[in-house]
Amino acid sequence: MNESKLKQLDWLLLPLIGFAIVLALWAVSSVTWATNLPSPVKTWESSKVYILEPFAKRGEMDQGILRFTWYSLILVAKGYVLALVIGTPIGFFLGLSKAFTKTFDPIIQILRPVSPLAWLPLGLVLFLSAGKEAGTLGALFTIAICSMWPTVLNTAVGVRSIPQDYLNVAKVLKLSRTKTLFKVLIPATLPYMFTGFRLSLGIAWLVIVAAEMLTGRPGVGGFLWQEYNSLIYEHIILSIVTIGVVGFVLDRLMSVVERRFKTI
Amino acid sequence: MSDYCELSKLTKIYPTPKGPAVIVKDFDLNIKKGEFVTLIGHSGCGKSTVLSMLAGLNDITAGGIILAGRELDGAGPDRGVVFQSPSLLPWMTAFENVMLGVKQVFFTATAEERRQIVEYYLTVVGLGDAMHKRPAELSQGMRQRVGIARAFALSPKMLLLDEPFGMLDSLTRYELQQVLIELWRKNKITALMVTHDVDEALFLSDRIVCMTDGPEAEVGDILEVHFPRPRERKAVMEHPDYYKLREHLIEFLEVHAHRKTQPIAPVPNPPPAGGRSLRSVEDALLNPA
Ligand SMILES: Nc1ncnc2c1ncn2[C@@H]1O[C@H](COP(=O)(O)OP(=O)(O)OP(=O)(O)O)[C@@H](O)[C@H]1O
Ligand SMILES: [Mg+2]
Repeated sequence: MNESKLKQLDWLLLPLIGFAIVLALWAVSSVTWATNLPSPVKTWESSKVYILEPFAKRGEMDQGILRFTWYSLILVAKGYVLALVIGTPIGFFLGLSKAFTKTFDPIIQILRPVSPLAWLPLGLVLFLSAGKEAGTLGALFTIAICSMWPTVLNTAVGVRSIPQDYLNVAKVLKLSRTKTLFKVLIPATLPYMFTGFRLSLGIAWLVIVAAEMLTGRPGVGGFLWQEYNSLIYEHIILSIVTIGVVGFVLDRLMSVVERRFKTI
Repeated sequence: MSDYCELSKLTKIYPTPKGPAVIVKDFDLNIKKGEFVTLIGHSGCGKSTVLSMLAGLNDITAGGIILAGRELDGAGPDRGVVFQSPSLLPWMTAFENVMLGVKQVFFTATAEERRQIVEYYLTVVGLGDAMHKRPAELSQGMRQRVGIARAFALSPKMLLLDEPFGMLDSLTRYELQQVLIELWRKNKITALMVTHDVDEALFLSDRIVCMTDGPEAEVGDILEVHFPRPRERKAVMEHPDYYKLREHLIEFLEVHAHRKTQPIAPVPNPPPAGGRSLRSVEDALLNPA
Protein backbone atom coordinates (compact mmCIF):
# COMPACT_ATOMS: atom_id res chain seq x y z
CA MET A 1 0.00 0.00 0.00
CA ASN A 2 2.79 2.34 0.95
CA GLU A 3 4.58 1.52 -2.24
CA SER A 4 1.66 2.33 -4.51
CA LYS A 5 1.26 5.66 -2.77
CA LEU A 6 4.91 6.43 -3.50
CA LYS A 7 4.36 5.49 -7.14
CA GLN A 8 1.54 8.00 -7.34
CA LEU A 9 3.90 10.73 -6.24
CA ASP A 10 6.46 9.79 -8.89
CA TRP A 11 5.65 12.73 -11.06
CA LEU A 12 6.60 15.11 -8.25
CA LEU A 13 9.21 13.11 -6.39
CA LEU A 14 11.46 12.08 -9.25
CA PRO A 15 11.88 15.57 -10.72
CA LEU A 16 12.63 16.89 -7.22
CA ILE A 17 15.34 14.25 -6.85
CA GLY A 18 16.71 15.36 -10.21
CA PHE A 19 16.89 18.97 -9.09
CA ALA A 20 18.50 17.93 -5.80
CA ILE A 21 21.23 15.98 -7.61
CA VAL A 22 22.07 18.91 -9.87
CA LEU A 23 22.08 21.33 -6.91
CA ALA A 24 24.43 19.00 -5.04
CA LEU A 25 26.80 18.73 -8.01
CA TRP A 26 26.71 22.51 -8.33
CA ALA A 27 27.44 23.01 -4.63
CA VAL A 28 30.31 20.52 -4.66
CA SER A 29 31.77 22.02 -7.84
CA SER A 30 31.71 25.50 -6.34
CA VAL A 31 33.95 24.44 -3.46
CA THR A 32 36.22 22.04 -5.34
CA TRP A 33 37.31 22.56 -8.95
CA ALA A 34 35.35 25.69 -9.94
CA THR A 35 35.99 28.06 -7.07
CA ASN A 36 34.83 31.08 -9.08
CA LEU A 37 31.40 29.54 -9.40
CA PRO A 38 29.11 30.98 -6.72
CA SER A 39 27.47 28.35 -4.53
CA PRO A 40 23.69 27.83 -4.63
CA VAL A 41 23.25 29.61 -1.34
CA LYS A 42 25.34 32.58 -2.41
CA THR A 43 23.46 32.75 -5.66
CA TRP A 44 20.13 32.88 -3.87
CA GLU A 45 21.36 35.50 -1.38
CA SER A 46 22.54 37.75 -4.15
CA SER A 47 19.57 37.15 -6.49
CA LYS A 48 16.62 37.23 -4.15
CA VAL A 49 16.05 40.94 -4.46
CA TYR A 50 15.56 40.46 -8.22
CA ILE A 51 13.17 37.61 -7.66
CA LEU A 52 11.23 38.91 -4.68
CA GLU A 53 10.76 42.32 -6.27
CA PRO A 54 10.37 41.04 -9.83
CA PHE A 55 9.02 44.28 -11.32
CA ALA A 56 11.21 46.80 -9.52
CA LYS A 57 13.13 49.37 -11.52
CA ARG A 58 16.20 50.71 -9.77
CA GLY A 59 18.14 51.72 -12.86
CA GLU A 60 18.45 51.01 -16.56
CA MET A 61 20.38 47.79 -15.99
CA ASP A 62 19.18 47.07 -12.46
CA GLN A 63 15.59 45.89 -12.62
CA GLY A 64 13.48 43.02 -11.32
CA ILE A 65 13.94 39.81 -13.26
CA LEU A 66 10.40 39.64 -14.59
CA ARG A 67 10.69 43.22 -15.77
CA PHE A 68 13.76 42.23 -17.78
CA THR A 69 11.90 39.15 -19.01
CA TRP A 70 9.05 41.35 -20.13
CA TYR A 71 11.38 43.55 -22.23
CA SER A 72 12.87 40.44 -23.79
CA LEU A 73 9.47 38.92 -24.51
CA ILE A 74 8.29 42.06 -26.26
CA LEU A 75 11.30 42.06 -28.55
CA VAL A 76 10.90 38.33 -29.19
CA ALA A 77 7.22 38.75 -29.97
CA LYS A 78 7.95 41.39 -32.59
CA GLY A 79 10.70 39.37 -34.26
CA TYR A 80 8.65 36.20 -34.04
CA VAL A 81 5.58 37.74 -35.65
CA LEU A 82 7.84 39.05 -38.40
CA ALA A 83 9.21 35.54 -38.87
CA LEU A 84 5.72 34.02 -39.16
CA VAL A 85 4.46 36.72 -41.49
CA ILE A 86 7.40 36.17 -43.83
CA GLY A 87 7.94 32.46 -43.26
CA THR A 88 4.41 31.12 -43.72
CA PRO A 89 3.89 32.43 -47.27
CA ILE A 90 7.37 31.26 -48.25
CA GLY A 91 6.43 27.82 -46.92
CA PHE A 92 3.25 27.85 -48.99
CA PHE A 93 5.13 28.78 -52.15
CA LEU A 94 7.68 26.05 -51.49
CA GLY A 95 4.92 23.51 -50.97
CA LEU A 96 2.89 24.55 -53.99
CA SER A 97 5.50 25.18 -56.66
CA LYS A 98 8.25 22.81 -57.74
CA ALA A 99 9.95 25.62 -59.63
CA PHE A 100 9.95 27.82 -56.53
CA THR A 101 11.42 24.97 -54.50
CA LYS A 102 14.16 24.33 -57.05
CA THR A 103 14.98 28.03 -57.14
CA PHE A 104 15.11 28.77 -53.44
CA ASP A 105 15.68 25.52 -51.60
CA PRO A 106 19.50 25.58 -51.99
CA ILE A 107 19.76 29.11 -50.61
CA ILE A 108 17.44 28.22 -47.72
CA GLN A 109 19.54 25.20 -46.85
CA ILE A 110 22.64 27.40 -46.78
CA LEU A 111 21.12 30.21 -44.73
CA ARG A 112 19.40 27.93 -42.24
CA PRO A 113 22.42 26.79 -40.19
CA VAL A 114 23.92 30.28 -39.84
CA SER A 115 24.21 31.27 -36.17
CA PRO A 116 22.47 34.34 -34.75
CA LEU A 117 25.90 35.57 -33.68
CA ALA A 118 26.79 35.79 -37.36
CA TRP A 119 23.53 37.45 -38.44
CA LEU A 120 23.51 40.17 -35.80
CA PRO A 121 26.49 42.20 -37.07
CA LEU A 122 24.93 42.09 -40.54
CA GLY A 123 21.64 43.27 -39.07
CA LEU A 124 23.38 46.19 -37.36
CA VAL A 125 25.10 47.13 -40.61
CA LEU A 126 21.83 46.93 -42.56
CA PHE A 127 20.12 49.42 -40.24
CA LEU A 128 23.14 51.61 -39.58
CA SER A 129 21.33 54.63 -40.95
CA ALA A 130 18.56 54.18 -38.38
CA GLY A 131 20.91 55.64 -35.73
CA LYS A 132 19.60 54.95 -32.23
CA GLU A 133 17.14 52.33 -33.46
CA ALA A 134 19.82 50.33 -35.26
CA GLY A 135 20.25 47.96 -32.31
CA THR A 136 16.55 47.17 -32.07
CA LEU A 137 16.08 46.76 -35.79
CA GLY A 138 19.21 44.62 -36.07
CA ALA A 139 17.97 42.41 -33.24
CA LEU A 140 14.53 42.06 -34.87
CA PHE A 141 16.15 41.16 -38.16
CA THR A 142 18.26 38.51 -36.46
CA ILE A 143 15.37 36.98 -34.54
CA ALA A 144 13.19 36.88 -37.65
CA ILE A 145 15.75 35.38 -39.98
CA CYS A 146 16.94 32.77 -37.49
CA SER A 147 13.55 31.66 -36.25
CA MET A 148 11.58 31.53 -39.48
CA TRP A 149 13.07 28.34 -40.90
CA PRO A 150 11.03 25.77 -38.95
CA THR A 151 7.88 27.65 -39.98
CA VAL A 152 9.00 27.74 -43.61
CA LEU A 153 9.92 24.07 -43.77
CA ASN A 154 7.00 22.69 -41.77
CA THR A 155 4.50 24.71 -43.75
CA ALA A 156 6.03 23.42 -46.98
CA VAL A 157 5.85 19.82 -45.77
CA GLY A 158 2.26 20.39 -44.66
CA VAL A 159 1.21 21.74 -48.05
CA ARG A 160 2.95 18.87 -49.83
CA SER A 161 1.20 16.28 -47.70
CA ILE A 162 -2.34 17.53 -48.26
CA PRO A 163 -4.24 14.40 -49.32
CA GLN A 164 -5.11 14.27 -53.02
CA ASP A 165 -8.72 13.65 -51.94
CA TYR A 166 -9.04 17.17 -50.57
CA LEU A 167 -7.56 18.68 -53.71
CA ASN A 168 -9.95 16.62 -55.82
CA VAL A 169 -12.88 18.03 -53.86
CA ALA A 170 -11.64 21.54 -54.61
CA LYS A 171 -11.24 20.64 -58.29
CA VAL A 172 -14.64 18.98 -58.66
CA LEU A 173 -16.36 21.93 -57.01
CA LYS A 174 -14.27 24.33 -59.10
CA LEU A 175 -13.37 26.44 -56.09
CA SER A 176 -11.63 29.69 -56.97
CA ARG A 177 -7.98 30.11 -56.05
CA THR A 178 -8.73 32.16 -52.96
CA LYS A 179 -11.46 29.77 -51.85
CA THR A 180 -9.17 26.79 -52.37
CA LEU A 181 -6.52 28.53 -50.30
CA PHE A 182 -8.76 29.48 -47.40
CA LYS A 183 -11.19 26.56 -47.39
CA VAL A 184 -8.81 23.72 -48.21
CA LEU A 185 -5.08 24.48 -48.29
CA ILE A 186 -4.74 26.51 -45.09
CA PRO A 187 -7.00 24.35 -42.87
CA ALA A 188 -5.27 21.22 -44.12
CA THR A 189 -1.85 22.68 -43.40
CA LEU A 190 -2.63 24.21 -40.00
CA PRO A 191 -1.38 21.31 -37.88
CA TYR A 192 2.00 21.41 -39.63
CA MET A 193 2.10 25.19 -39.48
CA PHE A 194 1.63 25.13 -35.74
CA THR A 195 4.43 22.62 -35.26
CA GLY A 196 6.59 25.07 -37.19
CA PHE A 197 5.33 27.99 -35.09
CA ARG A 198 6.25 26.19 -31.87
CA LEU A 199 9.76 25.33 -33.03
CA SER A 200 10.21 28.87 -34.34
CA LEU A 201 9.26 30.34 -30.98
CA GLY A 202 11.90 28.18 -29.30
CA ILE A 203 14.56 29.49 -31.65
CA ALA A 204 13.38 33.09 -31.32
CA TRP A 205 13.82 32.82 -27.57
CA LEU A 206 17.30 31.36 -28.02
CA VAL A 207 18.27 34.21 -30.29
CA ILE A 208 17.02 36.97 -28.01
CA VAL A 209 19.80 36.39 -25.51
CA ALA A 210 22.50 36.61 -28.15
CA ALA A 211 20.88 39.70 -29.64
CA GLU A 212 20.65 41.49 -26.28
CA MET A 213 24.16 40.53 -25.31
CA LEU A 214 25.67 42.09 -28.40
CA THR A 215 23.46 45.18 -28.45
CA GLY A 216 23.44 45.75 -24.70
CA ARG A 217 19.69 46.24 -24.57
CA PRO A 218 17.93 45.91 -21.23
CA GLY A 219 16.46 42.42 -20.98
CA VAL A 220 17.43 39.05 -19.56
CA GLY A 221 20.28 38.59 -22.01
CA GLY A 222 21.55 42.13 -21.67
CA PHE A 223 21.45 41.79 -17.89
CA LEU A 224 23.39 38.55 -18.05
CA TRP A 225 26.16 40.07 -20.13
CA GLN A 226 26.38 43.22 -17.99
CA GLU A 227 26.64 41.25 -14.77
CA TYR A 228 29.36 39.11 -16.33
CA ASN A 229 31.30 42.26 -17.12
CA SER A 230 30.69 43.52 -13.57
CA LEU A 231 31.96 40.20 -12.17
CA ILE A 232 28.66 39.46 -10.41
CA TYR A 233 28.60 35.81 -11.40
CA GLU A 234 25.56 34.95 -9.26
CA HIS A 235 23.38 36.90 -11.64
CA ILE A 236 24.63 34.91 -14.62
CA ILE A 237 23.08 31.86 -13.01
CA LEU A 238 19.92 33.77 -12.17
CA SER A 239 19.60 34.79 -15.82
CA ILE A 240 20.25 31.30 -17.12
CA VAL A 241 17.57 29.84 -14.88
CA THR A 242 15.12 32.56 -15.92
CA ILE A 243 15.81 32.01 -19.62
CA GLY A 244 15.32 28.28 -19.21
CA VAL A 245 12.08 28.57 -17.27
CA VAL A 246 10.59 31.12 -19.67
CA GLY A 247 11.60 29.01 -22.69
CA PHE A 248 9.99 25.98 -21.11
CA VAL A 249 6.76 27.83 -20.36
CA LEU A 250 6.59 29.21 -23.90
CA ASP A 251 7.04 25.74 -25.37
CA ARG A 252 4.31 24.31 -23.14
CA LEU A 253 1.91 27.08 -24.12
CA MET A 254 2.60 26.53 -27.79
CA SER A 255 2.11 22.79 -27.54
CA VAL A 256 -1.30 23.36 -26.00
CA VAL A 257 -2.22 25.51 -29.00
CA GLU A 258 -0.62 23.01 -31.36
CA ARG A 259 -2.57 20.11 -29.92
CA ARG A 260 -5.80 22.02 -30.35
CA PHE A 261 -5.17 22.17 -34.08
CA LYS A 262 -4.01 18.56 -34.30
CA THR A 263 -7.43 17.25 -33.34
CA ILE A 264 -9.29 18.54 -36.38
CA MET B 1 -33.81 8.33 -76.17
CA SER B 2 -30.61 9.85 -77.53
CA ASP B 3 -27.22 9.51 -75.95
CA TYR B 4 -26.51 11.94 -73.18
CA CYS B 5 -22.96 11.06 -72.37
CA GLU B 6 -20.63 9.74 -75.05
CA LEU B 7 -17.19 8.39 -74.37
CA SER B 8 -15.46 7.84 -77.67
CA LYS B 9 -12.09 6.23 -78.29
CA LEU B 10 -11.15 7.19 -74.75
CA THR B 11 -7.48 6.33 -74.18
CA LYS B 12 -5.14 6.76 -71.23
CA ILE B 13 -1.41 6.34 -71.52
CA TYR B 14 0.95 6.93 -68.61
CA PRO B 15 4.58 7.57 -69.37
CA THR B 16 6.66 5.23 -67.24
CA PRO B 17 10.41 4.61 -67.01
CA LYS B 18 9.82 1.41 -69.00
CA GLY B 19 8.06 3.27 -71.79
CA PRO B 20 4.46 4.36 -72.18
CA ALA B 21 1.91 2.21 -70.33
CA VAL B 22 -1.38 1.98 -72.20
CA ILE B 23 -3.95 1.52 -69.45
CA VAL B 24 -7.19 2.12 -71.32
CA LYS B 25 -7.48 2.01 -75.09
CA ASP B 26 -10.33 3.04 -77.37
CA PHE B 27 -12.97 2.84 -74.68
CA ASP B 28 -16.37 3.49 -76.27
CA LEU B 29 -19.53 3.90 -74.25
CA ASN B 30 -22.79 5.77 -74.73
CA ILE B 31 -25.03 6.49 -71.79
CA LYS B 32 -28.61 7.63 -72.13
CA LYS B 33 -30.16 10.37 -70.07
CA GLY B 34 -31.37 9.11 -66.74
CA GLU B 35 -29.64 5.77 -67.14
CA PHE B 36 -27.77 4.01 -64.33
CA VAL B 37 -24.70 2.25 -65.68
CA THR B 38 -22.17 0.26 -63.69
CA LEU B 39 -18.65 -0.51 -64.71
CA ILE B 40 -17.30 -3.82 -63.54
CA GLY B 41 -13.93 -5.45 -64.05
CA HIS B 42 -10.88 -6.81 -62.35
CA SER B 43 -8.83 -4.80 -59.92
CA GLY B 44 -6.35 -2.62 -61.73
CA CYS B 45 -8.00 -2.87 -65.13
CA GLY B 46 -8.61 0.86 -65.34
CA LYS B 47 -12.13 1.46 -64.06
CA SER B 48 -11.14 4.34 -61.83
CA THR B 49 -9.06 5.73 -64.65
CA VAL B 50 -12.10 5.93 -66.93
CA LEU B 51 -14.22 7.44 -64.18
CA SER B 52 -11.64 10.04 -63.18
CA MET B 53 -11.23 11.10 -66.81
CA LEU B 54 -14.98 11.59 -66.90
CA ALA B 55 -14.75 13.56 -63.66
CA GLY B 56 -12.01 15.71 -65.14
CA LEU B 57 -9.56 14.73 -62.43
CA ASN B 58 -7.30 12.83 -64.82
CA ASP B 59 -6.09 14.09 -68.19
CA ILE B 60 -7.39 12.37 -71.30
CA THR B 61 -4.57 11.10 -73.52
CA ALA B 62 -6.71 10.58 -76.60
CA GLY B 63 -10.36 10.43 -77.52
CA GLY B 64 -13.03 12.56 -75.98
CA ILE B 65 -16.11 12.81 -73.82
CA ILE B 66 -19.30 14.64 -74.68
CA LEU B 67 -21.77 15.36 -71.89
CA ALA B 68 -25.12 16.95 -72.67
CA GLY B 69 -23.92 18.04 -76.09
CA ARG B 70 -20.68 19.62 -74.94
CA GLU B 71 -17.15 18.31 -74.98
CA LEU B 72 -15.78 18.02 -71.46
CA ASP B 73 -12.78 20.06 -70.45
CA GLY B 74 -11.57 19.65 -66.88
CA ALA B 75 -13.48 19.09 -63.66
CA GLY B 76 -16.60 20.90 -62.64
CA PRO B 77 -19.59 20.74 -60.31
CA ASP B 78 -21.85 19.65 -63.18
CA ARG B 79 -20.59 16.18 -62.30
CA GLY B 80 -21.16 15.01 -58.74
CA VAL B 81 -18.45 12.63 -57.64
CA VAL B 82 -18.67 10.13 -54.81
CA PHE B 83 -15.25 8.75 -54.00
CA GLN B 84 -14.41 5.42 -52.43
CA SER B 85 -13.19 7.16 -49.29
CA PRO B 86 -15.76 9.80 -48.39
CA SER B 87 -13.19 12.61 -48.89
CA LEU B 88 -14.92 15.00 -46.55
CA LEU B 89 -12.96 17.97 -45.32
CA PRO B 90 -12.38 17.05 -41.67
CA TRP B 91 -12.40 20.61 -40.35
CA MET B 92 -15.94 21.18 -41.60
CA THR B 93 -19.21 19.75 -40.32
CA ALA B 94 -21.36 17.57 -42.55
CA PHE B 95 -23.50 20.61 -43.22
CA GLU B 96 -20.53 22.77 -44.18
CA ASN B 97 -19.10 20.07 -46.42
CA VAL B 98 -22.31 19.94 -48.42
CA MET B 99 -22.72 23.72 -48.31
CA LEU B 100 -19.29 24.24 -49.85
CA GLY B 101 -20.52 22.74 -53.10
CA VAL B 102 -24.02 24.19 -52.91
CA LYS B 103 -22.56 27.69 -52.67
CA GLN B 104 -20.55 27.06 -55.81
CA VAL B 105 -23.51 25.87 -57.85
CA PHE B 106 -26.37 27.96 -56.52
CA PHE B 107 -24.53 31.23 -56.22
CA THR B 108 -27.62 33.24 -57.15
CA ALA B 109 -29.81 31.61 -54.50
CA THR B 110 -30.43 33.29 -51.16
CA ALA B 111 -28.69 32.00 -48.05
CA GLU B 112 -32.00 30.62 -46.83
CA GLU B 113 -32.61 28.71 -50.06
CA ARG B 114 -29.13 27.22 -49.91
CA ARG B 115 -29.61 26.17 -46.32
CA GLN B 116 -32.81 24.41 -47.30
CA ILE B 117 -31.10 22.53 -50.12
CA VAL B 118 -28.32 21.33 -47.83
CA GLU B 119 -30.73 20.34 -45.08
CA TYR B 120 -33.00 18.57 -47.53
CA TYR B 121 -30.32 16.29 -48.91
CA LEU B 122 -28.74 15.57 -45.55
CA THR B 123 -32.14 14.65 -44.19
CA VAL B 124 -32.94 12.43 -47.14
CA VAL B 125 -29.75 10.43 -46.66
CA GLY B 126 -30.69 9.99 -43.01
CA LEU B 127 -28.44 12.53 -41.32
CA GLY B 128 -31.11 14.91 -40.08
CA ASP B 129 -29.78 14.64 -36.55
CA ALA B 130 -26.08 14.63 -37.34
CA MET B 131 -25.81 17.58 -39.71
CA HIS B 132 -23.59 19.64 -37.51
CA LYS B 133 -21.11 16.94 -36.62
CA ARG B 134 -17.59 16.77 -37.93
CA PRO B 135 -16.56 13.73 -40.00
CA ALA B 136 -14.48 12.43 -37.09
CA GLU B 137 -17.66 12.06 -35.06
CA LEU B 138 -19.43 10.12 -37.80
CA SER B 139 -19.20 6.43 -38.64
CA GLN B 140 -17.77 5.34 -41.98
CA GLY B 141 -21.27 4.72 -43.30
CA MET B 142 -22.51 8.12 -42.16
CA ARG B 143 -19.57 9.81 -43.82
CA GLN B 144 -20.40 8.12 -47.09
CA ARG B 145 -23.97 9.34 -46.67
CA VAL B 146 -22.60 12.87 -46.49
CA GLY B 147 -20.61 12.13 -49.65
CA ILE B 148 -23.77 11.06 -51.43
CA ALA B 149 -25.70 14.10 -50.18
CA ARG B 150 -22.87 16.35 -51.33
CA ALA B 151 -22.97 14.89 -54.84
CA PHE B 152 -26.75 15.06 -55.21
CA ALA B 153 -27.03 18.52 -53.69
CA LEU B 154 -25.13 19.92 -56.65
CA SER B 155 -28.02 18.86 -58.94
CA PRO B 156 -25.36 17.61 -61.34
CA LYS B 157 -25.84 16.54 -64.94
CA MET B 158 -24.18 13.31 -64.06
CA LEU B 159 -23.27 11.29 -61.03
CA LEU B 160 -19.94 9.48 -60.87
CA LEU B 161 -19.38 6.90 -58.17
CA ASP B 162 -16.13 5.01 -57.66
CA GLU B 163 -16.78 1.98 -55.46
CA PRO B 164 -18.68 4.19 -53.04
CA PHE B 165 -19.59 1.29 -50.75
CA GLY B 166 -16.37 -0.69 -51.05
CA MET B 167 -15.24 0.14 -47.54
CA LEU B 168 -18.51 -0.62 -45.77
CA ASP B 169 -19.83 -3.74 -44.08
CA SER B 170 -22.55 -5.54 -46.02
CA LEU B 171 -25.42 -4.38 -43.85
CA THR B 172 -24.49 -0.72 -44.21
CA ARG B 173 -23.84 -1.35 -47.88
CA TYR B 174 -27.40 -2.58 -48.41
CA GLU B 175 -28.77 0.44 -46.58
CA LEU B 176 -26.76 2.87 -48.63
CA GLN B 177 -27.62 1.17 -51.90
CA GLN B 178 -31.23 1.78 -50.98
CA VAL B 179 -30.55 5.43 -50.14
CA LEU B 180 -28.68 5.87 -53.41
CA ILE B 181 -31.26 4.23 -55.63
CA GLU B 182 -34.11 6.20 -54.09
CA LEU B 183 -32.35 9.51 -54.53
CA TRP B 184 -31.46 8.54 -58.06
CA ARG B 185 -35.06 7.62 -58.85
CA LYS B 186 -36.37 10.91 -57.51
CA ASN B 187 -33.81 13.05 -59.31
CA LYS B 188 -33.34 10.98 -62.47
CA ILE B 189 -29.68 11.79 -62.63
CA THR B 190 -27.59 9.92 -65.19
CA ALA B 191 -25.12 7.80 -63.23
CA LEU B 192 -21.97 5.84 -63.86
CA MET B 193 -20.74 3.71 -61.00
CA VAL B 194 -17.68 1.52 -60.58
CA THR B 195 -18.04 -1.57 -58.46
CA HIS B 196 -16.54 -4.98 -57.72
CA ASP B 197 -19.77 -6.35 -56.40
CA VAL B 198 -21.84 -8.31 -58.93
CA ASP B 199 -25.00 -8.24 -56.82
CA GLU B 200 -24.72 -4.53 -56.26
CA ALA B 201 -24.40 -3.99 -60.00
CA LEU B 202 -27.46 -6.15 -60.71
CA PHE B 203 -29.55 -4.45 -58.07
CA LEU B 204 -28.77 -0.89 -59.10
CA SER B 205 -28.15 -0.68 -62.79
CA ASP B 206 -29.94 -0.52 -66.12
CA ARG B 207 -26.81 -1.69 -67.87
CA ILE B 208 -23.62 -3.35 -66.72
CA VAL B 209 -20.44 -2.71 -68.66
CA CYS B 210 -17.72 -5.31 -68.22
CA MET B 211 -14.21 -4.10 -68.84
CA THR B 212 -11.51 -6.38 -70.18
CA ASP B 213 -8.31 -6.67 -68.20
CA GLY B 214 -5.61 -4.14 -68.71
CA PRO B 215 -3.31 -3.17 -70.16
CA GLU B 216 -5.20 -1.68 -73.09
CA ALA B 217 -8.52 -2.28 -71.35
CA GLU B 218 -11.70 -1.67 -73.30
CA VAL B 219 -15.39 -2.52 -73.15
CA GLY B 220 -15.70 -6.29 -73.13
CA ASP B 221 -19.37 -6.98 -72.74
CA ILE B 222 -22.52 -5.02 -72.03
CA LEU B 223 -25.41 -6.53 -70.11
CA GLU B 224 -28.93 -5.11 -70.11
CA VAL B 225 -30.63 -5.40 -66.74
CA HIS B 226 -34.36 -4.95 -67.09
CA PHE B 227 -35.76 -5.75 -63.66
CA PRO B 228 -38.81 -3.53 -63.11
CA ARG B 229 -38.36 -0.38 -61.09
CA PRO B 230 -38.76 0.62 -58.33
CA ARG B 231 -36.75 -2.37 -57.31
CA GLU B 232 -37.01 -4.34 -54.17
CA ARG B 233 -33.98 -6.37 -53.24
CA LYS B 234 -35.91 -9.52 -52.53
CA ALA B 235 -37.94 -9.30 -55.73
CA VAL B 236 -34.81 -8.72 -57.78
CA MET B 237 -33.06 -11.71 -56.31
CA GLU B 238 -36.06 -13.92 -56.92
CA HIS B 239 -36.46 -12.78 -60.50
CA PRO B 240 -36.07 -15.74 -62.91
CA ASP B 241 -33.32 -13.93 -64.85
CA TYR B 242 -31.27 -12.99 -61.81
CA TYR B 243 -29.10 -16.07 -61.63
CA LYS B 244 -28.63 -16.22 -65.38
CA LEU B 245 -27.30 -12.66 -65.41
CA ARG B 246 -25.23 -13.29 -62.34
CA GLU B 247 -23.66 -16.42 -63.82
CA HIS B 248 -22.95 -14.54 -67.01
CA LEU B 249 -21.13 -11.79 -65.16
CA ILE B 250 -19.13 -14.15 -63.01
CA GLU B 251 -18.17 -16.21 -66.00
CA PHE B 252 -16.97 -13.12 -67.79
CA LEU B 253 -14.88 -12.12 -64.81
CA GLU B 254 -13.48 -15.62 -64.44
CA VAL B 255 -12.48 -15.92 -68.06
CA HIS B 256 -10.57 -12.72 -67.73
CA ALA B 257 -8.99 -13.86 -64.51
CA HIS B 258 -7.74 -16.99 -66.25
CA ARG B 259 -6.27 -15.09 -69.10
CA LYS B 260 -4.13 -13.30 -66.58
CA THR B 261 -2.82 -16.28 -64.63
CA GLN B 262 -2.17 -18.61 -67.54
CA PRO B 263 1.26 -17.37 -68.66
CA ILE B 264 2.84 -18.50 -65.39
CA ALA B 265 5.62 -21.01 -66.20
CA PRO B 266 5.25 -24.50 -64.80
CA VAL B 267 7.57 -25.45 -61.95
CA PRO B 268 10.61 -27.10 -63.57
CA ASN B 269 11.56 -29.33 -60.65
CA PRO B 270 8.89 -30.48 -58.27
CA PRO B 271 9.73 -29.36 -54.74
CA PRO B 272 11.13 -32.06 -52.46
CA ALA B 273 8.52 -33.93 -50.54
CA GLY B 274 8.00 -32.88 -46.95
CA GLY B 275 9.34 -29.35 -46.47
CA ARG B 276 7.50 -26.54 -48.25
CA SER B 277 9.90 -24.51 -50.27
CA LEU B 278 9.37 -20.84 -50.96
CA ARG B 279 8.48 -21.78 -54.50
CA SER B 280 5.58 -23.95 -53.48
CA VAL B 281 4.17 -21.28 -51.19
CA GLU B 282 4.24 -18.81 -54.05
CA ASP B 283 2.62 -21.39 -56.24
CA ALA B 284 -0.14 -22.02 -53.75
CA LEU B 285 -0.87 -18.32 -53.66
CA LEU B 286 -1.01 -17.99 -57.42
CA ASN B 287 -2.98 -21.15 -58.12
CA PRO B 288 -5.24 -21.78 -55.18
CA ALA B 289 -6.76 -25.25 -55.20
N1 LIG C 1 0.16 7.59 -62.37
C1 LIG C 1 0.21 6.34 -62.91
N2 LIG C 1 1.29 5.95 -63.62
C2 LIG C 1 1.33 4.70 -64.16
N3 LIG C 1 0.37 3.78 -64.03
C3 LIG C 1 -0.74 4.11 -63.33
C4 LIG C 1 -0.87 5.40 -62.74
N4 LIG C 1 -2.07 5.45 -62.12
C5 LIG C 1 -2.64 4.23 -62.30
N5 LIG C 1 -1.86 3.44 -63.03
C6 LIG C 1 -2.16 2.06 -63.46
O1 LIG C 1 -3.38 2.06 -64.16
C7 LIG C 1 -4.04 0.83 -63.94
C8 LIG C 1 -5.50 1.07 -63.71
O2 LIG C 1 -5.69 1.72 -62.47
P1 LIG C 1 -7.14 2.00 -61.91
O3 LIG C 1 -6.99 2.67 -60.60
O4 LIG C 1 -7.93 2.71 -62.93
O5 LIG C 1 -7.71 0.53 -61.72
P2 LIG C 1 -9.11 0.08 -61.16
O6 LIG C 1 -9.75 -0.72 -62.22
O7 LIG C 1 -9.86 1.24 -60.62
O8 LIG C 1 -8.68 -0.88 -59.98
P3 LIG C 1 -9.39 -1.10 -58.56
O9 LIG C 1 -10.57 -1.95 -58.84
O10 LIG C 1 -8.37 -1.81 -57.78
O11 LIG C 1 -9.75 0.23 -58.01
C9 LIG C 1 -3.35 0.12 -62.80
O12 LIG C 1 -2.68 -1.00 -63.30
C10 LIG C 1 -2.35 1.14 -62.28
O13 LIG C 1 -1.16 0.49 -61.94
MG1 LIG D 1 -10.38 1.92 -58.63
